[in-house]
Amino acid sequence: MNIFRFSSPQTFYPLAGRLVPVFAVLAALFTAAGLWIGLFVAPSDAVQGEVYRIIHIHVAAAWMSMFIYMVMAFWAAIGLGLGTRLSFYMTQALAPTGAMFCFLALWTGALWGRPTWGAYWVWDARLTSQLLLLFLYAGFIALTRSIEDPRRADRAGAIIALVGAVNVPVIYFSVKWWNTLHQGASVNMKGSSMASVMLVAMLLTALGCWFYSIAASLTRARRIILERERHTDWAAAEIARLTAGPAGGGQ
Amino acid sequence: MMYWQSLADFLSMGGRGFFVWGSYGVAFLLVVLEIWLLRRSRRQSLRRLQQLQALERD
Repeated sequence: MNIFRFSSPQTFYPLAGRLVPVFAVLAALFTAAGLWIGLFVAPSDAVQGEVYRIIHIHVAAAWMSMFIYMVMAFWAAIGLGLGTRLSFYMTQALAPTGAMFCFLALWTGALWGRPTWGAYWVWDARLTSQLLLLFLYAGFIALTRSIEDPRRADRAGAIIALVGAVNVPVIYFSVKWWNTLHQGASVNMKGSSMASVMLVAMLLTALGCWFYSIAASLTRARRIILERERHTDWAAAEIARLTAGPAGGGQ
Repeated sequence: MMYWQSLADFLSMGGRGFFVWGSYGVAFLLVVLEIWLLRRSRRQSLRRLQQLQALERD
């Protein structure tokens, strides 16, 4: 199988349509399993009591916010280098989901910081660089939507995605490079400092969020493909097929 | 397998219910909101594309 075949919007569109329900089901199963273990099975933390249970969303959301930005930067580089339209569509399809997880990481962090540090917010290197990531997402979305010419919007967005990617390793290593209030990584390449049942719950939830992001961004990519490719024969036929019938604009 | 003694025990989260449920609640709301927005923007987009198609046919 030639994977480059799927770099064409026409072949990618139906493939994405088949993958969305698969990833949506996987997302629901993994998140449900992770939350069940994390909220009902795992014991309380010796130091933090019950409030540590925020970790199951906090870490998953923070990982996704950084990972999605890196994937956007990857597609931006491919798009600028090879001029493939689909790569630009993917960066725009990923951004809102990445922004959502970035906000969620900050929100759950604030609600975890208050009972453990005594403050919702501190200007710590980890928190500040994560806030900058939210601004980068917001900047990307605002810029790509405000430029009228879609091909110029693609390029401008790709440049923000690439330049902003420098911030992601800064977030990740901030707890090592600076003396931060935020704790260091509990999970790294060498292993984990967490109890195994808590770790299993966190990893299941993180995988669930990962599958959710794939399903959400592929759904968004399908809409973008139809909008941008509407002058091609296949997309015009697909639009006519989807909007035909008495209901009009059905699924 | 169940860690909690009662529902009240579960909901209070050792007195930290506000923080734990504030986190889970907003996460749930945002996911529901995103799914709703995805569906709505698909419907709106298809309607607009259909209108454009009709205009261009004339």
